[in-house]
Amino acid sequence: MIDLVDVSKSYGPGLPAVNHANLHVDKGEFVFVVGSSGSGKSTLIKLLMKELDSTGGTITVSGERLEKMKHRRVAKYRRKLGVVFQDFRLLKDRNVYENVAFAQRVIGRPTRVIRKRVPEVLQEVGLAGKYKAYPDELSGGEQQRVALARALVNRPDILLADEPTGNLDPKTSEEIMALMEQINDRGTTVLVVTHNKDIVNAMRKRVVTMHNGKIISDEKEGGYHEA
Amino acid sequence: MRPSTIWYTLKQGFKNIKRNWMFSLACIITMAACIFLVGIFYSIVNNVDNIAHKVEAEVPITVFFDEGTTEEEIQAVGEEIQARSEVAKIEYESADQAWEEYKKQYFDDEDAADGFKDDNPLVNSSNYHVYLNDITKQTELVNYIQGLEHVRKVNQSEQASKTLGSINKLVSYVSIGVIGILLVISVFLISNTVSMGISVRKEEIGIMKYIGATDAFVRLPFLLEGIVLGVIGAAIPLIGLFFLYNSAVEFILTKFNVLTGIVDFIPIWQIYEGLIPMGLGLGVGIGLLGSFFTTRKHLRV
Repeated sequence: MIDLVDVSKSYGPGLPAVNHANLHVDKGEFVFVVGSSGSGKSTLIKLLMKELDSTGGTITVSGERLEKMKHRRVAKYRRKLGVVFQDFRLLKDRNVYENVAFAQRVIGRPTRVIRKRVPEVLQEVGLAGKYKAYPDELSGGEQQRVALARALVNRPDILLADEPTGNLDPKTSEEIMALMEQINDRGTTVLVVTHNKDIVNAMRKRVVTMHNGKIISDEKEGGYHEA
Repeated sequence: MRPSTIWYTLKQGFKNIKRNWMFSLACIITMAACIFLVGIFYSIVNNVDNIAHKVEAEVPITVFFDEGTTEEEIQAVGEEIQARSEVAKIEYESADQAWEEYKKQYFDDEDAADGFKDDNPLVNSSNYHVYLNDITKQTELVNYIQGLEHVRKVNQSEQASKTLGSINKLVSYVSIGVIGILLVISVFLISNTVSMGISVRKEEIGIMKYIGATDAFVRLPFLLEGIVLGVIGAAIPLIGLFFLYNSAVEFILTKFNVLTGIVDFIPIWQIYEGLIPMGLGLGVGIGLLGSFFTTRKHLRV
């Protein structure tokens, strides 16, 4: 599903943000990418989203070679991904329903499909009763659920999450991670970048640790180790 | 494109205009000023051109012949002149006709002219009146005719043709200069307006791109915004010019009634046949260009 072979990314002279990284993730896997600030994990997510271009190596996601991908192809590629961010990135002037529907609207889904699919996915993330609420009226956890619903509404192959619990309290973080586990159980490959030690240690999933741009460990049912 | 996408694009386009209404207004005003000036210069150039054509049609070149040139030789020269592409028509005036015309003009008293009896003082005045279809080629034609055998003299209204030609050239150059500057300002302003729209919606555009929106989907509302501003910016001066043109023509003909009969103004509908597509084309073109280049910068997410 995800294949990184000798991938590097430099922003300029000096130490590269990602340094000769190799990683293979199978379909349906749940992977944590951990490391301290500046370890290169967010750059890794940006490379997978094709927000950045690598400066070396090859990246293959869902059978698509990213370094050779033309700009006009990127939009179609991103439809295979669901993305969740630490700061939720919801549109403040639209309610929950509209935020989720927006993801379907931009890829040209017809209104009748949107009307059917959005309530389904809101039900999945436990927000069926709050579809009329605006982001400012929701708690952090609820906002992250909306972001998750938006990421899932187009049934992506892969869910990428960049510090999804960074702005949440421990209890809400657990709830969000439980939700991600459920999503993974339904077959979606999940890759979570985090430095939430408690969550990583509690879930006992595959853990990839980065330090100074290098992948220094890759454990099947791993825990969070400081480099 | 699906109806829901078209509806979304329309809604977003108009939302952008409303959100940045001050810049939108500035855009419309600049574009309106630009197209207004285009309209004024277009009307002037067309009218000067019209007058020049009238002069071309009404002020002929006169060709006189050497003493003793026979009718056949004169006719041969006439055929050579007529064959030129810049010649619209030629009229022959014999010496007798010239004398009759002269008498009519200068001898009110028929008896005074009778003193000449059958002795035509204008015996060598048979001539051709040559009318041109392109006044700018007058000098070239005169040089050609002067080089022909049997031609004694060629009279031309060089001053009139040169002056009109120069005025038309000057007006055209000034028009191109002013319009060019205004076009650049308009594109710059549209670009600024769209930039404002983008900065307000930067987050939304980023999210759109992350979830797989194509460049076209993101760009369309901004292009629509540019087109709408362009159409409004063109419609205002076109409507204004319609009333202004008729009033200006009426004013000139009333204040300078010496011009009546000499200067024929082109009717407004004839001006608008060219001006409406040109104005709307400019408006839409400026709007599209400004939006297109501005959005291109911001789509590399």
